[in-house]
Amino acid sequence: MTVGIVIVSHSPKVAEGTADMVRQMVGTMVPLAWCGGDGQGGLGSEVGAIVSAIEAAWSDDGVAVLVDLGGAAMQAEMAIELLDEERRARVQICEAPLVEGAVIAATEASGGSELAAVRAMAEQLSP
Amino acid sequence: MSETGTWALIHAVARSLIDHADELTELDRAIGDGDHGINMKRGAEAVLAKADSLAARPLAALLHQCGMTLVMTVGGASGPLYGTLLLELGKALQAQPEPPDRTSLAAALGQAVLAVKARGRSDAGQKTLLDVLVPLQQALAGDQPLVTLGSLALAAAEATTPMLARRGRASFLGERSIGHMDPGARSSALMVVALLAALPTATTDPGLTP
Repeated sequence: MTVGIVIVSHSPKVAEGTADMVRQMVGTMVPLAWCGGDGQGGLGSEVGAIVSAIEAAWSDDGVAVLVDLGGAAMQAEMAIELLDEERRARVQICEAPLVEGAVIAATEASGGSELAAVRAMAEQLSP
Repeated sequence: MSETGTWALIHAVARSLIDHADELTELDRAIGDGDHGINMKRGAEAVLAKADSLAARPLAALLHQCGMTLVMTVGGASGPLYGTLLLELGKALQAQPEPPDRTSLAAALGQAVLAVKARGRSDAGQKTLLDVLVPLQQALAGDQPLVTLGSLALAAAEATTPMLARRGRASFLGERSIGHMDPGARSSALMVVALLAALPTATTDPGLTP
């Protein structure tokens, strides 16, 4: 099992496209989930959808979350706070640009790195 | 406060957000992503749908439930920010006798405002809802008459117009953010006004029916 990756964008197209780019790099080696949109066909982000995505990409080694704009970051923070206490400590938001961060984080995860290293790599290597 | 009084307060605040949705969206269109009114309306409608059961709960539980409802239904930054405000208010009032006195309300709001600052990594002066919440909390903690807090909140929201945005999408606009009122400051002020306007009726009119 490797660290899982969650991609959160205001746009479902951006989230899905970013997930495609991650898959191209790491295939199915890394648990991966994405979410985006307001759930009603518009742009936006939803706490419930982020919680579901974290659960879908769950790994006992932890989950790295990549977000696009400020609102999505705050929504992701709230989503993490809604998780069980035991899981909460194993989910971290990477402060990195969405596409670059997701690809770099997933690549690092695929090598078996732990969550802190995955996050650090995404944050360091992203432009 | 009676259950019907609480119900009336919930309705007043939610209705105000729904009635001003277009205005809030218009403000947000100028310096943001143009969804503040839509988002707040969605949250207000979700709260209204539960108003009957909410009104029957103790104040702390009611605030917690409203906060969770906003977190789950309001998109963008507003959901987490207003959600955090109400969740923290609920947490702070949990240990207080009901109804809380002004001192404990001011202390609870102080704690909730701190949580909002942490959530948004922001403070007053950055053209956000904090530019209303911070002076409101200070006035509540002081001895200013309760009835003046609505106009204080409205003026505080107006005062964000000449500010340079330093948080959120409006900050991407740099100097172009100057000259527009912050939508979050405006929605905060509207809620304060609606709450205060409904308070006398809610606390004294026994004839109110849900």
